[in-house]
Amino acid sequence: MPTLPRSRPGAPADPDRRAVARQALSVSAATGLYGVSFGALAVAAGLDVWQTVALSLLMFTGGSQFAFVGVVGAGGGAAAAVGTAALLGARNALYGAAMAPLLRVRGLRRLAAAQVTIDESVAVATAQRRPAAARAGFWWTGLGVFALWNAFTLVGALVGDALGDPQRWGLDAAAAAAFLGLLWPRLAGRAAQAVAAGAVVVALLLTPVAPAGVPVLAAAVVAVVVGWREPGPRLGRVPDPSGGGRDAPDGGPAREEAS
Amino acid sequence: MSGAVVWVAILAASAVCFATKLAGHRVPEHWLAHPRVARISALVTAALLAALVAVQTFTRGQALVVDARLAALAAAAVALALRAPFVVVVVLAAVVAAVLRAAGLA
Repeated sequence: MPTLPRSRPGAPADPDRRAVARQALSVSAATGLYGVSFGALAVAAGLDVWQTVALSLLMFTGGSQFAFVGVVGAGGGAAAAVGTAALLGARNALYGAAMAPLLRVRGLRRLAAAQVTIDESVAVATAQRRPAAARAGFWWTGLGVFALWNAFTLVGALVGDALGDPQRWGLDAAAAAAFLGLLWPRLAGRAAQAVAAGAVVVALLLTPVAPAGVPVLAAAVVAVVVGWREPGPRLGRVPDPSGGGRDAPDGGPAREEAS
Repeated sequence: MSGAVVWVAILAASAVCFATKLAGHRVPEHWLAHPRVARISALVTAALLAALVAVQTFTRGQALVVDARLAALAAAAVALALRAPFVVVVVLAAVVAAVLRAAGLA
């Protein structure tokens, strides 16, 4: 995939700044657009339009949001939905720790920075060479995705509401594909592939015997067991926006070009 | 879940997700720098997403079933392998499942 020029000698004034803005805008547009699929799937899972909009505004981390509505749609309980969303959001703590020394903000700004700490903002920030450009990349991408993700979530929720029977339109299959799209860029490496395969087996074996929502949550144990013992290469790296680890506010597919 | 319970779950899950992000900004970086923490965090994400794919594709209530969703998922995988954008992948899966069902094939 083509990467953005990080600096271009001889280019007109402040090419860094323009490159960062362009990158932030393209990532925001690509990510925001599939807020439509989140909105439609959330409504198909049984949430109302306001609940769907609230999830994007307040939770604002795509993987957790998709997981939450997935568990609700499968008939899972509140504890399973909250637990699954929380575990999927755990990596945001690692992102926050990586961004804090760069941003050095306090008070309200720190709260705002925390809310927009997602895959995309961190990926754009870490792709920059200079700290000033990295800060600009974090804020522009974070705020840009926040604005567009929420706007398109509302669009998707209204569309989904108008569609009626979700199965007739294949929305249950679309939800499965959405999870696969979020998973895809995370399957690089043997450990991740083994964990994914083990998680599938655990979830399907438990489905007939455990309450809804529990099979998904239980699959996380596979990750802890493999991650604890396996002394392989560090897998928790921040995704590279030009390379393919990027996703929806946090977790999604990385297939759109970042330029 | 009733509407009120869903609201409570939404607020609770959002609070936990926000607290997680804020915690990252507040704790010293080296607390989270342990390779094992980073490794497990990345793998937990993969495990939960894989389990969600499986449950969303092969279950109906507590029953294991194979239906139009499997063909839709296969189409989605091909699209992902061809580097199609996320929206295309999701819409393609919906179309495959909807067409198969409308045709009475699955």
